[in-house]
Amino acid sequence: MIEIRNLSRRFGTVMAVDDVSLTIAKGEMVALVGTSGSGKTTLLRMLNRLVEPSSGTVLLNGQDTAALPAHLLRRRIGYAIQGHGLFPHYTVARNIAAVPELLGWPAAQIRERVDELLTLFGMPPADFRNRRPAALSGGQQQRVGVARALAARPEVLLMDEPFGALDPVTRAQAQADLRRIQRQLGTTTVLVTHDMEEALALGDRIAVMDRGRLVQCASPAAILTRPATEFVARLTGQSDRPFRLLGLVPVADLAEPGAASGTPVDPALSAREALAECLWSGREALPLTGGGRVTLHRLAERARGAE
Amino acid sequence: MRIDRPGLVLALPGAAAMLLPFMQFRANRIVAGEALSMPGWAMACLGAVLALGALRLPQLWRLLAAAFGICLLVWLAGNVATGLTADAPQAARASPGSGLWLMMGTLALLVADAIAKMRPGLRVQALILTLACGAVALALGSGHLADISVMREYAARSDIFAAHARRHLVLAFGSLLAALMVGVPLGLWLHSERGARPAVMGGLNLVQTLPSLALFGMMIPLLSWVAASVPGAAALGIAGIGFAPALIALFLYSLLPVVGNTVVGLDGASPEAREAGRGMGMTPQQVLARVSIPLALPVIVAAVRIVLVQNIGLAVIAGLIGGGGFGTFVFQGLAQNAADLILLGAIPTVAMALVAGIALDLVVKALQR
Ligand SMILES: Nc1ncnc2c1ncn2[C@@H]1O[C@H](COP(=O)(O)OP(=O)(O)OP(=O)(O)O)[C@@H](O)[C@H]1O
Ligand SMILES: [Mg+2]
Repeated sequence: MIEIRNLSRRFGTVMAVDDVSLTIAKGEMVALVGTSGSGKTTLLRMLNRLVEPSSGTVLLNGQDTAALPAHLLRRRIGYAIQGHGLFPHYTVARNIAAVPELLGWPAAQIRERVDELLTLFGMPPADFRNRRPAALSGGQQQRVGVARALAARPEVLLMDEPFGALDPVTRAQAQADLRRIQRQLGTTTVLVTHDMEEALALGDRIAVMDRGRLVQCASPAAILTRPATEFVARLTGQSDRPFRLLGLVPVADLAEPGAASGTPVDPALSAREALAECLWSGREALPLTGGGRVTLHRLAERARGAE
Repeated sequence: MRIDRPGLVLALPGAAAMLLPFMQFRANRIVAGEALSMPGWAMACLGAVLALGALRLPQLWRLLAAAFGICLLVWLAGNVATGLTADAPQAARASPGSGLWLMMGTLALLVADAIAKMRPGLRVQALILTLACGAVALALGSGHLADISVMREYAARSDIFAAHARRHLVLAFGSLLAALMVGVPLGLWLHSERGARPAVMGGLNLVQTLPSLALFGMMIPLLSWVAASVPGAAALGIAGIGFAPALIALFLYSLLPVVGNTVVGLDGASPEAREAGRGMGMTPQQVLARVSIPLALPVIVAAVRIVLVQNIGLAVIAGLIGGGGFGTFVFQGLAQNAADLILLGAIPTVAMALVAGIALDLVVKALQR
């Protein structure tokens, strides 16, 4: 668990982060969004003390992070950045092994962990272990970067626009992988992103920053339906809001008994995709695979923010 | 048949070389001599070699042809020298003429051109270098060349030659080692202390512009004073002239490339990788040792190459102030107007610099992979 208490950082006359307080539960994923220069990176880097706060405290599992030597603190916190920052002179395996090596794990255990992580990220160890980062695609480099951050089973994972440089398809895959792995490992995660869709797709909660201040931290649905300020409303994009709201729920949640004509759709699809299918095929209702249906009326209701 | 352009260009100096004197025969080492041209059959052979070199053939053929030409040239030079001096008085000298040197140079370039076009791997290149060194050692050790003037000079000084060769190596490598021991830590420090850069780099640049004679002039009083006033200094061999000032001068000239390349190499080490190292919990020393230095290594080794080749050449000036090394022969030869003696100092110096340069190029390439 991370408790951020009245955290501030000043650079000269600029308050990069201004009196931010936030508690992040164990296993939670918080997406940090805001315009460029709003202080997201600075806030994130204060959590592992790459930036020292001007005032305020950060508690990690109740322990003041300022009480530890910074490098020992950082070994407990995974850190992944845009442009991956892999060591070009190390193999993939040695890159992933970096933190376990710093922590003095036995060699056999490190080897096992490296293979486990490569497998987890869908990269067959036999094929990838001994490659240099230069011999990987951008998406593979990014995955190795995240695998490296997770190698020593950190309590916390910090990510700064990790998928910023990827194409949409690769990015969607990387996001899905991250979500799956984060759930599986239960790692408390803070993710800085510019991409609202990414924040909505990944965040259990979304924290919005504006000129150094934290203006709202709430669930994706709450951020969309009840923005705390004009700035949050603008950031979440008013024109896309109904669709984004529908994107948060599987169509199964809106199902009702009854029948409808045409090809049935998968209940695991998002309500947003079901709406698109209704509009595209000109149907008032869609049958769901395995029974039941969803109506255009119900979808529209939900898009207005009704529960 | 297609023409190989560099080969064709090389055929020109090759042809000119055949018209120039092949050997010089002189009554003693000082007087002017008579010129001898190459035997006709050898001209025909070498002409064929040059023609092969100028055609677009498999590179191995061109390489073997040129290598054969060099062997022929060396063998012939030894033979002609023996023939010329056999019945002559002891003082008579047979020395290579301009034609022989030019032909040798041309064929060497032809070899280099063929090797470059074969694009051999690093191992093969290292093997070729070793073979070439071995072939030279074999030719010199066989005694076949013993009647050539330079080898006569060598024979007269064989007792001290090895000592001077060792001294030359100690000067070149010792100053390099000292420059690395001082320059790399200095570079590490400047890497983090940007503010100190202008002063330090300015000072090193200044040293680099000082002519060596001026440097010696400044060191003579300084080191004489040290020898006279610091107990034990004189016993260590420190004196106003000789080995110590030569070593110090070479050391000072080496500092700028070592410090400069260390700083540039460290600055160039991927900033994201360094940031990632810090972010994952490496201490500043660990970031340096595991990330920055390994990434800077090719650039630092490039400095080692520059300094070593530079120092092997510069170490000749040690001969001027009694510091030993091949320069001793060069300056003795200059004083006695004996060209063969100058060559006895100059040829090994050039050969040593050449081998060191090629060998370190290979190391740099191996590190960059
Ligand atoms: N090391 C620094 N020195 C001086 N000012 C800084 C420093 N780091 C950040 N700032 C300033 O602090 C403010 C917040 O920067 P920060 O990098 O945290 O923004 P960000 O939200 O991450 O922006 P982006 O989305 O563009 O990455 C900016 O005004 C920036 O100029
Ligand atoms: Mg940022």
